[in-house]
Amino acid sequence: MTQAKELTKADFVSEGDVKWCPGCGDYAILSSVQTVLPTLGIPKEKFCFVSGIGCSSRFPYYMDTYGFHTIHGRAPTVASGVKLANPDLSVWVVTGDGDGLSIGGNHTVHMIRRNMDLKVLLFNNRIYGLTKGQYSPTSEQGKVTKTSLYGSIDSPLNPLSFAIASGATFAARTNAANPKHMQEILRAAAAHKGTAFIEIFQNCNIFNDGAFAKYLNKDTKAEENLFLEEGKPLLFDGETKGIVMNLDGNNPKLTVEEVDPDKAGVSKTGKKFLVHDPKNEDHTLAYLISYLGSISDPENPAAMGVLRSVDKPTYGDVLNAQEEQAVSEKGKGSLKDLVYSKDTWTVKETANA
Amino acid sequence: MATKDQDKEQLHSVTIRFCGDSGDGMQLTGTQFTNTSALFGNDISTYPNFPAEIRAPQGTLAGVSGFQIHFSSNNIHTAGDELDVLVAMNPAAFKTNIEDLKQNGILIVNEDAFTPNNLKKAGYIDDEDIFAPYESRIRVYKVPITKMTLTALEDFDMMAKAKERCKNMFALGLTYWIYSRPLDSTEEWLASKFGKKPEILEANIKALKAGYHFGNTIEAFQNTYEVPEAKIQPGTYRNITGNQAVAIGFVAASELAKRPLFIGSYPITPATDILQELSKYKNYGVKTFQAEDEIAGIGSAIGSAFSGHLAVTTTSGPGIALKSEFMNLAVITELPVVIADIQRGGPSTGLPTKTEQTDLLQVLYGRNGESPIPVVAAKSPSDCFEAAIEACRIAVEHMTPVVFLSDTQIAIGSEPWKLPDLSNLKEFEYDFHKDPETFAPYKRNELLARQWAVPGTPGCEHTIGGLEKEDITGKVNLSPEAHEHMTKVRAEKVQLIASKLPATEVLGESKGDLLFLGWGSTYGAIRTATEQLQAEGLKVSQVHLRHINPLPNDLEEIMRGFKQVVIPELNLGQLSMIIRSKFLIDAKGINQMNTKPLSVSDLMAKAKEFLGEL
Ligand SMILES: Cc1ncc(C[n+]2csc(CCOP(=O)(O)OP(=O)(O)O)c2C)c(N)n1
Ligand code: SF4
Ligand SMILES: [Mg+2]
Repeated sequence: MTQAKELTKADFVSEGDVKWCPGCGDYAILSSVQTVLPTLGIPKEKFCFVSGIGCSSRFPYYMDTYGFHTIHGRAPTVASGVKLANPDLSVWVVTGDGDGLSIGGNHTVHMIRRNMDLKVLLFNNRIYGLTKGQYSPTSEQGKVTKTSLYGSIDSPLNPLSFAIASGATFAARTNAANPKHMQEILRAAAAHKGTAFIEIFQNCNIFNDGAFAKYLNKDTKAEENLFLEEGKPLLFDGETKGIVMNLDGNNPKLTVEEVDPDKAGVSKTGKKFLVHDPKNEDHTLAYLISYLGSISDPENPAAMGVLRSVDKPTYGDVLNAQEEQAVSEKGKGSLKDLVYSKDTWTVKETANA
Repeated sequence: MATKDQDKEQLHSVTIRFCGDSGDGMQLTGTQFTNTSALFGNDISTYPNFPAEIRAPQGTLAGVSGFQIHFSSNNIHTAGDELDVLVAMNPAAFKTNIEDLKQNGILIVNEDAFTPNNLKKAGYIDDEDIFAPYESRIRVYKVPITKMTLTALEDFDMMAKAKERCKNMFALGLTYWIYSRPLDSTEEWLASKFGKKPEILEANIKALKAGYHFGNTIEAFQNTYEVPEAKIQPGTYRNITGNQAVAIGFVAASELAKRPLFIGSYPITPATDILQELSKYKNYGVKTFQAEDEIAGIGSAIGSAFSGHLAVTTTSGPGIALKSEFMNLAVITELPVVIADIQRGGPSTGLPTKTEQTDLLQVLYGRNGESPIPVVAAKSPSDCFEAAIEACRIAVEHMTPVVFLSDTQIAIGSEPWKLPDLSNLKEFEYDFHKDPETFAPYKRNELLARQWAVPGTPGCEHTIGGLEKEDITGKVNLSPEAHEHMTKVRAEKVQLIASKLPATEVLGESKGDLLFLGWGSTYGAIRTATEQLQAEGLKVSQVHLRHINPLPNDLEEIMRGFKQVVIPELNLGQLSMIIRSKFLIDAKGINQMNTKPLSVSDLMAKAKEFLGEL
């Protein structure tokens, strides 16, 4: 069936109330997704949103598409099944920092390394929202919450570094409070053939308010956001600063240097700024860039945009190719041949009668 | 070659067990004896026994691998209680199996392997005469199998190790001679296996024949035996293990559902074979997905069911524990997915390669909330075919997860399978919902099965999930009324399955003194015991359950027609507990937890005890 009428945002808004806390960053993500989907040229019935458990995972209920609100941490598994059974669908995974990186960390690794062709939205609010405010795998060390009265002991995990190390073919970061940027990233993810992993900074104004404030404050946002553009040097803060590669002993290290006002593309110490290449097959640099500005590296700006976007066959494509190969080599299987296969014998009517 | 003039003694049934070190090729030897006997026309039943370790140190007790075959001129249903013949290729095999050899039974040992070193590995002390305690009650044949094999292969240009590896064929040939079996099917099989390695092929055939002729030549074996063909129902047969039959059953179900099969699984003994078997069937449209763990296995299966595939996941008890949360998601989202539990010994990792029926309560009740899941159990290797189809049919026609139960004994045991007339298999009755006008996700038919609209269907967009919901619309609703209603609907839906079941079959009279009630792999032993007790004139009958949830509607009346209900199980009384609590019937258990299949003679003795109590 072909889609007759143009889709609009309203087509993706489900009836019924949205029940997140007023002021929650999730609203902006919902709105951006509903804005982008009608522009993708995909019929509405082909979208399927699969989530785990958490505030973020309520997302499918608010979308007027096919949806599956599964169990805590396991959305990637269900989404993989949905997609493998029907490769025609555009399948989106919605997860949280606890859902996707704590209880479901294992599935997240495998969904990424298999290149399942799922679009993954990880709402990172650095807290467990739904269970009312315990520290999460992305909370800063020492965070005081109801379960960490003396400060959390765990070292935090950087979702993008995690994804890139797992072999992500597409990895990006955006901020719920920056709809224009978020929509651009959503479009890029939709266009990518393979698992597209997006970390979305999302404010939980109830249990972790202001976690991403420095990326939004007028005074600090220029120096805290490193917006990535393919083919452009890594510059920020009104193009007054940029990222250069240094060797610290044997360790490659990205550091910030000031732009030489007299020489384009070169730092004051004469170093060339790195030029962003998301298509670089080697993921080492993307990994280093993902780490910039992380909780463990707060003095640097955080990279926003598409860190990595490379081509690789998807799991489903290879699976289907193998099926075709098997059919062409052995012929389409018939149940009769399977049941009546080798090593049968016949007992005749008269035998031993 | 000298031929002795011998009388062949006729026997009805014989049970042989081949056992040796894991590397001795005993599974292969047993399989060959099985195929030859099947082709000859005997009824057969087999049971392999693997060590838990893949390659336990050579010669140790932990490394003993065995294969038991029962072949007969009668119809048989078990792999045999006691052994007529034990072939032990080393001291460890002797030690771990000798107690199963019956009075006056034949013991054949590979004398060459009974070295001081091997004896020590098996825990014997120096120059202990290990046969002495048995010699009065069994017939011991010490055969230098290794030496004879090497001698037979003297002229072959092969490494000694490779020659020695042919000794299992020597042992096989010897047993073929004792039981008057032809060699040709094994020769053909060897040719197909080693066709590209003529030297190895020739060596194996030579060893096989050497074993055969050895029996013929020496005086030691006074008798040879003949087990005539069985009166078997006419038809086409093949020998099949339970796990193979499950795999084929799933493919058949996929054809009957007219939907591709999706299996999401994680390897675990003894269920792994099913995933492996199905991996061969890509040209049938089967999608196999080896997931990262059991949770992902069932998760992906549930996703594929949402997308409209016939979904299955296969595992054993430890995997069921991991899948439980997802099984509940399938309960509340009312999606069809078959969870195959091939039971093994527990708790925990327990006894990975041994058989037990200890997961029944786990699959029935091991989840949070009121969580009704239909349970279907297979009773023998070949029965897995129909039972697997039945599980899939219930799942799809009633929109529910279904547990399929098998166990190690069924999974790796084998028997002849009378191949079904495929045109008699009924297509599944269901349809995807496609009409947006009449669609609501939890709108139900007369069986209470909800509408199944798959993603990609225009106008039927909807979200399902694990939160309690309102009937018909499927909207999230946590109200007391909605929860009470949905709890009852889910229970009633499963109960309604019973209304479609055929009348329960009773083996024997429908009224009497004692009813054996069983499920699963105990079928063969209970049936044999029942028939023998009936032959002795006792009023004993048997009911073997295919459906454990819901139980058949006519079961209570049948049970009340007997003075006693006796439930033999390889657990401490799980079905007994259900029957007693559901019906307030004073059912008695026969319970065994020694990792062995039930023995017919035990069952008969216990039944007589119960009857004496009347
Ligand atoms: C098996 C299981 N364990 C625990 C929970 C409780 N639980 C629900 S959501 C959640 C954490 C969610 O955190 P996150 O993924 O960050 O989502 P957020 O609410 O912050 O969006 C927990 C622990 C559950 N629902 N299921
Ligand atoms: S608790 Fe936090 S994350 Fe959850 S809805 Fe409220 S504001 Fe949003
Ligand atoms: Mg969170």
